[in-house]
Amino acid sequence: MRSRLTPYLMVLPGGLWLLAFFAVPLVLMVSFSLMTGNIIEGFEQVFRWQNYTEGLELYGDKFVRSLWYGLLATTACLLLAYPAAAWIAFRAGSRKSVYLLLLLLPFFVSFILRTVSWKFVLADNGIVLGTLKGWGVLPDGFHVLGTTFAVIAGLTYNFLPFMVLPIYVALERLDPRVVEAAQDLYASRTQTFLRVVLPLSLPGVFAGVVMTFVPVSADYVNADVLGGPDNVMIGNVIWTEYFVNNDYPTASALSFTMMAILLAGIFLYARALGTEDVLEAAKR
Amino acid sequence: MSARRGRGLQVYTWILVGWLVLPIAVMILFGFNDTTTRQNFVWEGFTLKWYARLFEKPDLTQALVNSLFIAVLSTAVTTVLGTLIGLALGRYRFRGKGLSNVVLFAAISSPELVMGASLLSMFVTLNVPRGIGTVVAAHVMFSIAFVAVTVRARAAGLDPALEEAAADLGATRWETFRLVTLPMIMPGVLAGALLAFALSIDDFVITNFTSGTTVTFPLWVWGSTRTGTPPQVNVMGTLIFAIGVLIAIVNVVAARRRKT
Repeated sequence: MRSRLTPYLMVLPGGLWLLAFFAVPLVLMVSFSLMTGNIIEGFEQVFRWQNYTEGLELYGDKFVRSLWYGLLATTACLLLAYPAAAWIAFRAGSRKSVYLLLLLLPFFVSFILRTVSWKFVLADNGIVLGTLKGWGVLPDGFHVLGTTFAVIAGLTYNFLPFMVLPIYVALERLDPRVVEAAQDLYASRTQTFLRVVLPLSLPGVFAGVVMTFVPVSADYVNADVLGGPDNVMIGNVIWTEYFVNNDYPTASALSFTMMAILLAGIFLYARALGTEDVLEAAKR
Repeated sequence: MSARRGRGLQVYTWILVGWLVLPIAVMILFGFNDTTTRQNFVWEGFTLKWYARLFEKPDLTQALVNSLFIAVLSTAVTTVLGTLIGLALGRYRFRGKGLSNVVLFAAISSPELVMGASLLSMFVTLNVPRGIGTVVAAHVMFSIAFVAVTVRARAAGLDPALEEAAADLGATRWETFRLVTLPMIMPGVLAGALLAFALSIDDFVITNFTSGTTVTFPLWVWGSTRTGTPPQVNVMGTLIFAIGVLIAIVNVVAARRRKT
């Protein structure tokens, strides 16, 4: 009897913690999203669905922009990460862990500090642009900070390791004999890649895309530090609603909408990819 | 893949590494910059004075201390709770196992913004004063799943015969756990703890939503972007980077030793 209870007792403390600080807050946020009122007079539950429709009306363009930035940065991450991950998995031999460590170096610097550091690098009179302007290569008024490009580049930079790791793990597990078998059967290099290597690495690609797309679309730091007024993402809007306007109902409605869009996106994407079980693929 | 093609990819990998390292190199470099203005963007000459004056800004030092305190405390709690979950999922069959896995997956893949925002909603509703306590609670919440998944992977690969052998030799359940199971899952537990520590000390978004007026190192750096980030921040970033890389190198070397 005691041994049958053991796994439950082991899961219980952590489970309660997740219930109290993960599940309950989400439910409260949904409840908040239908309230009305303000921080001084208090909030009242009136099931005001307009919080959602008004939020979408006001900030629909920010949602679209966030998803668009998410798509661009995720694509850039995938294109940048895959060749390097493949080279390390297949070709780096005994130096695999060294190269992997090099690609993961940004993780050893705080996320905020990396972003601020890009601000140093890209500053109008900073080490790169200042030098190039000094040489007369770039016109004096040229700037990168405050542009869409800076935000996308920052997002790509910050979340690249999330793409590298799962793809590398998937490729590293790939049995080299299946590649040899494809070559023995006279598959060209392109065919071997498209029909053997790529399909076998798809679980890694799937995990990488989810792990990149979700935090990128919900980010507000890159747009804040590297972007300008035209780069406001939904994350920045939610932040402002919480901390500047103290409009908790609207902020909650926007947050929940954000999460619903991302979840729906993950499931649609999983179906499009033909992944039988989303969770299984993401766990790998 | 031919050798030539392999070389092309190798060059590409090095270019990618160069891009990844660039802002880190600049961060380290500008910790040595003899800057005179508030904006530390322009190179003005080499100095070591910022290393000597590292703790000159009391609020920055306090922020770093807060970060370390939060990271140590939340790592301790997370490691215990996460290891228990990971062990249960890796070693036992029980009803609710599937649900537990789904919850862990949800906790790992939820956007931090949503977790932070919902925690803030809860603390405001329940009138909980926000500070170090709420930040620790939040950090434990988002790192439990990472520790559990790491330990689960390790525990699932264990041979149950070893524990049975211990029991056959007269070990009690506690002795079996302490002398057989725990040493075998230890690498997973340590990896999980390291991950939890790294996640906690670096966390910005969730901390931003749950900290109230308490300031951690990432929050302080973010605040400083408006007025100018002082070189002390570069120095602290450099030191944290150096310690992290050192730990990683020791790990890599140790793993190689074990293999050969």
